[in-house]
Amino acid sequence: MGNELLVDLSRLQFAVTAMYHFLFVPLTLGMTWLLVIMESVYVTTGKTIYRDMTQFWGKLFGINFALGVTTGITLEFQFGTNWAYYSHYVGDIFGAPLAIEGLMAFFLESTFIGLFFFGWERISRKQHLLVTILMAIGSNLSALWILIANGWMQNPVGSEFSYETMRMEMTNFTAVVFNPDAQAKFVHTVSAGYVTGAMFVLAISSWYLLQGKNVEFAKKSFRIAAAFGLASACSVIVLGDESGYTVGEAQQTKLAAIEAMWETEPAPAPFNLIAVPNQAELKNDYQLQIPWVMGLIGTRSLDKQIPGIKEIREKNRKRIVNGIEAVNLLDQVRAKPTDPTLKAAFEAKKADLGFGLLLRKYVTRMDQVTPAIIEQAVNDTIPRVTPLFWSFRLMVALGFLILLLFGLAAWYSIKGSFAEKRWLLRSALWFLPAPWIACELGWLVAEYGRQPWTIYGVLPTHLSVSTLTVNSLYASLAGFIGFYTVLLVVEVYLMVRFARQGPGSLGTGRYQDEAAHA
Amino acid sequence: MLDYPTLKLIWWLFIGVLLVGFAIMDGHDMGVGTLLPFLGRNDEERRVIINTVGPHWDGNQVWFITAAGAIFAAWPLIYATAFSGFYWAMLAVLWALFFRPVGFDYRSKINNARWRSTWDWGLFIGGAIPPLIFGVAFGNLLQGVPFHFDQYLIPYYTGSFWALLNPFALLCGVVSSAMLIMHGAIYLAHRTEGAIHQRAAKASGIACAVLLTAFSAAGIWLAMSIPGYVITSIIDPAAAANPLTKTVIKSAGAWLANYDKAPMLIALPALAYVGALLAAVLVKLGRTFAAFWCSGLAILGVIGTAGGSMFPFLMPSSSDPIASLTVWDSVSSHLTLNVMFWATLIFLPLIILYTSWAYRVMAGKVTAAYIRENSHRAY
Repeated sequence: MGNELLVDLSRLQFAVTAMYHFLFVPLTLGMTWLLVIMESVYVTTGKTIYRDMTQFWGKLFGINFALGVTTGITLEFQFGTNWAYYSHYVGDIFGAPLAIEGLMAFFLESTFIGLFFFGWERISRKQHLLVTILMAIGSNLSALWILIANGWMQNPVGSEFSYETMRMEMTNFTAVVFNPDAQAKFVHTVSAGYVTGAMFVLAISSWYLLQGKNVEFAKKSFRIAAAFGLASACSVIVLGDESGYTVGEAQQTKLAAIEAMWETEPAPAPFNLIAVPNQAELKNDYQLQIPWVMGLIGTRSLDKQIPGIKEIREKNRKRIVNGIEAVNLLDQVRAKPTDPTLKAAFEAKKADLGFGLLLRKYVTRMDQVTPAIIEQAVNDTIPRVTPLFWSFRLMVALGFLILLLFGLAAWYSIKGSFAEKRWLLRSALWFLPAPWIACELGWLVAEYGRQPWTIYGVLPTHLSVSTLTVNSLYASLAGFIGFYTVLLVVEVYLMVRFARQGPGSLGTGRYQDEAAHA
Repeated sequence: MLDYPTLKLIWWLFIGVLLVGFAIMDGHDMGVGTLLPFLGRNDEERRVIINTVGPHWDGNQVWFITAAGAIFAAWPLIYATAFSGFYWAMLAVLWALFFRPVGFDYRSKINNARWRSTWDWGLFIGGAIPPLIFGVAFGNLLQGVPFHFDQYLIPYYTGSFWALLNPFALLCGVVSSAMLIMHGAIYLAHRTEGAIHQRAAKASGIACAVLLTAFSAAGIWLAMSIPGYVITSIIDPAAAANPLTKTVIKSAGAWLANYDKAPMLIALPALAYVGALLAAVLVKLGRTFAAFWCSGLAILGVIGTAGGSMFPFLMPSSSDPIASLTVWDSVSSHLTLNVMFWATLIFLPLIILYTSWAYRVMAGKVTAAYIRENSHRAY
């Protein structure tokens, strides 16, 4: 209660630092496999140019990776520093994948990245390829575990609330790991990373070709990027559809908000291509629909209904009313933990505890709740529709355009004429930012769309924060923005400098713009 | 599945292992970072110093990330209370760590004296600040810190950042800094030759003397005038984790009580002295590899002394002793501890195995000639 500014600032700080971190992650995910492909060709054919490709693209990968590491620790720290109650309330489940991520993935990735850069002359070619593969596996495993953690926030399976410890506790580890939300998210997210890596190599190679520099090197890089990118872009879209399907099961609210679907439409529901949502009146001021499509994507059937926002609101209203009782019973059973009747009464109601906690934004005691406050809480259960509706559509549109570009790039790679298609090379260059924008929009939809919860249906965002002062938050947010701005300027400067210089920066004597010895 | 009290104890040991692992592995590259601006007199020397840890610092840093993750998973209340309570201290650690990845990777990519010197000082900050703050944090834990919980276990920290910087805590900061500087200096002596080797060997001796003096002073101070904490109610180690069901009092000399109960614990402070002294002697004899591991034993001794003295306390509350967090009541559920026990048991040996391989591949002295031959690839 009364800490709305603190909550907003904590959310802003997390959003800024998480979205900033995700500028670097997708490129790492994609580049590691591209490096594996290039080095595999080197090891099988013995052609030096493929080793140079691995080393040069590896150099750019390293510049990016440094900031990925720098900004990743921030996120781990922040759960404790800024989301203390969250850490206590769900650490029993959420902490485990994070720790396993360290043990299984970060160690692997970070140990072998050292050998990737420094081991070339000290181990055999095959051993070095193995090092590169292990580094790629490590970075992808880290995505797996963090998305298992994130998937649980969207769909909290395998766990139960305990009134004795006042927190959620794990009841089934396998259910947490094989959470369908987590699995769909993992494949969708890493594929998006592969697309980003492929676009990076495609765009920079196109630039060399447009400049007529290092033509052989650029052509070979372009072909690999085009093939890898096409496969990845298909995978992003197909598995994005899979995410859409699982969202339909576990998080109908997010789906209804993404679609600006106020009413429960008769099955199969239409898809709103364009809409002007009006959240105050629970309707769209304007909409352009394609019949059937939404029902097909969301339910994979012609007869299952997808609930609209109004229906969800009424369900939530019942759960909030139930939740008031759950909160009251929680207070009673915590005062008398050994009373079996109270215990049984609480266990019967506890499924709606999270909805009762939503009211804590407005009142401290449940006897202060009025119908107006319940109405406010019901409104809170629906995230803001307009930003979700448009973020989602922009992400999907970018996804299809990227697919088209990689389709063309792959087609002309097969025909062998891509290097002369200047329009294609120029498009590739212009499309460089597209995967990053799509990735950020995807996270916006996933996380903003889960509001007002940190753990869907379990823990409201406004309860999750640390009890810090607003001034501390202003100061730390300013610090993060300051550090991150400087770091970004330095990173982009180095990236542009080395990308412009090209493989000449390796100092091998085989390329244009050779580096002087430093 | 192992029983709950056993797993609670094992997790106290595991977190200890991860912290000691962090101090031995990341500690030596932080020590090297701290010494960098002082032991490297020109760019080439500095590149030699940086490249002794160049291929390894990133893997080493994962000890820290994993230790934090393991605390989150095994002791969520500690994670929540300590990280939010020590807000500015944790951010200082975090922001200091920002300088490391970019410092290592970006420094030598541009041949400009100002650019390189800026990152050298960045690497100094990234190496010197975290160990200092961790020492200060331990110093505060030994004194107890002001926090309490409300009925829903929301933690409230009522102290200020500046109160953390009290004399005893700062002395503990000196212990921790000197320990990792000694460790880093020995590592550097092992991996270099000539002038840098000489300077590093000398630095390790000075750091060893500072460590033992500060460690002794902190021990005497602790015994004389830092009250410890005692649980006065009966503890059920198998009970669900709830820190508010016990009673605790502050009591003079309580941190020494464990040494009466289990006299074998005296081996821990003894190990700190023996390890550090042996390390100093071995450096003089030129046996730097053996010295490195003796210094590692000293680290185990120092961290073990702090943990062993406080057991079963992890984070005592000075303002509301009942809220003190202990090994028994700030832990995760039985199932989570068990899952994490197996995960650690499987992965930790693998990590040690491939880390050793990585060090073996990169073994040998880093020389000025190596830097000249690899000027485009070396850090």
